Amino acid sequence: MEALLTRYRNLTVLLIVVFAQLLYLAYQVKTNGDERLIRVWAVTAVTPMAGVVEAVRRNTIGFLQDYFILLDVREQNRKLKADNDHLRMENVYFRNQLSTAEHAGALIQFQAQSRSKTVAARVIGNSTVVTAKAVFIDRGSTSNIEKGMAVVTPEGIVGKVVAVYPLVSQVLLITDPTFKVGVESQQHHVHGVLDCGTGKCQIQQIQNEEKVDVGEWFFTSGEDRIFPKGFPVGTVVTSQPGQGMREVRLNLSGAPGGAEEVLVVLQGVHQNIPATPPPIQQTTAKMLDLPPEAATSAPVVKPQTEADRVLERYQSLGKEQNHVYGAYGSSIPNFNVKPSGEGTGKPNTTQPSGEGAAKSKSTPTVPVPSNNAPPVLGARPSPPKPPAASPATRENRPDTEYQPALPLGAPRRKSTGTKAGTDPSKQQGPESARQ
Amino acid sequence: MNETSHEILTAPVRENWFSRFQVVALIVLTLVAIIGKFYLPRFVANTEWLELPLLLTVYFGLMRRSQIASLFFGAFVGLAEDSLSPANLPVGMYGITKTLVGYFATSVSVRFNVENSLIRLVLSFFFYLFHAFFYWIMRRALLGQVIPFDVREALVHGLLNAVVAVPLFALLDRMKLAGPH
Repeated sequence: MEALLTRYRNLTVLLIVVFAQLLYLAYQVKTNGDERLIRVWAVTAVTPMAGVVEAVRRNTIGFLQDYFILLDVREQNRKLKADNDHLRMENVYFRNQLSTAEHAGALIQFQAQSRSKTVAARVIGNSTVVTAKAVFIDRGSTSNIEKGMAVVTPEGIVGKVVAVYPLVSQVLLITDPTFKVGVESQQHHVHGVLDCGTGKCQIQQIQNEEKVDVGEWFFTSGEDRIFPKGFPVGTVVTSQPGQGMREVRLNLSGAPGGAEEVLVVLQGVHQNIPATPPPIQQTTAKMLDLPPEAATSAPVVKPQTEADRVLERYQSLGKEQNHVYGAYGSSIPNFNVKPSGEGTGKPNTTQPSGEGAAKSKSTPTVPVPSNNAPPVLGARPSPPKPPAASPATRENRPDTEYQPALPLGAPRRKSTGTKAGTDPSKQQGPESARQ
Repeated sequence: MNETSHEILTAPVRENWFSRFQVVALIVLTLVAIIGKFYLPRFVANTEWLELPLLLTVYFGLMRRSQIASLFFGAFVGLAEDSLSPANLPVGMYGITKTLVGYFATSVSVRFNVENSLIRLVLSFFFYLFHAFFYWIMRRALLGQVIPFDVREALVHGLLNAVVAVPLFALLDRMKLAGPH
């Protein structure tokens, strides 16, 4: 036996070492316990350098890059380079300051707006495992961070805390293959599970019958008990029926791998899914509002063409009747009403005859261009206008003929069964508009 | 006196010591490799593929030619990596994988001329694939974690690591970190 072990000593040692590690592995899996001691030692040994290295990286790389860029300029023109160098250095400095301030401002603003209690942290290192997506942040148990807490940014979700050490924490990103997030769509409130394990984020567990539109926002549903409900996750890129389940791909609104500053949710508060998509923050360039004088005394552009006049007329009509073009549910404006700014004694307007004349005081007059002066430049003179059709003759016509020509984007209503009850003035409006 | 005994007698006297400097340098380099894997992606984008600890393990296995020393070195490097891995992965995954890599690297070095750059390139490529595939198998079999294994990505990363390995090994040769062979 001894001779055998001596002969196969190397193999024996290998088996012993591997078996010992396997036993240790099995013990961890069975007890579901995290080996704090080894990890604490390793992380404590490594992470103190993180702050120093990160600070050096932040403070040196920008300067080094600028130095190398400016080498060519110095060769070309030394004097100009001296000025240019100085200005560029200042520029970089202020840009960095501005960028940092803007991002910090966004975080602070988000912290103030969010009902969840959060603490800001900075990413200081990556994980050593290629297939696992995890980062270290510079906040630990001394900042009241606990395992399982959600990590977010104002733009979207980032991950969850999987390990907490005194001064740092480890965050498993949502792009990790083992990470799943419960999500809910904004419009149709379809629930699903976000999985970014394949490199492209997909939403699983959505039936083919469910409706998910491209461009629709998804928010956290809170069902995973990690992220509070109502945090933005991303927008749908593709949505198509699949085998059994719908195949929905998502474009994450945040950048989990590239986040520099994050927020750890200490106490999450569920929120409702917002009715409108989250605003896209424009932090690059901000413009002040116009001064009141300039805003009121904006240059008035006179309409040049007939189309401009019609457009202006529709806009004024919509404004008077509080109609918003393109808005869902906004009632159709009465196009027969004269805009308040329009003169009453225009030669192009004629009074309607017959029943229309009887209602001339109650209903607005219909502007009809005269035969002598064609309203559109180059248009042929229109033939004599036939008398306005009576409601009785309209009833004999098919319904489709009386579909009002609505402006672009205006909601269309289904035609009611009885046309006697419809307002003739509203039916005349689009016709006059067509003329 | 046959040819073999003649070679033994005429061969330069091997270093029968493994100086303290070399031990310290090896430990420092190992730590740098592990910490480099920790920090490098923060400095240089898209460098997650670089497996410096693995390359160091392979080099040590190829050049040291002591299976026991190589497997212990691989176990040490792997466990150190495991300790910095996400907490949802138990300690020992990389340890087992790199233990095997160290052992097999030494076994292979007996049969090949590992001083040749081309051999080194091929072996580095092979051991990267072995390492990636075995790690994937272990996560799937032992932990039940179904994670994708991208063959194309593994091949590309293996090739990149092999390309890096050749000059890195040449540099380490100069430092004589492997000690007496």
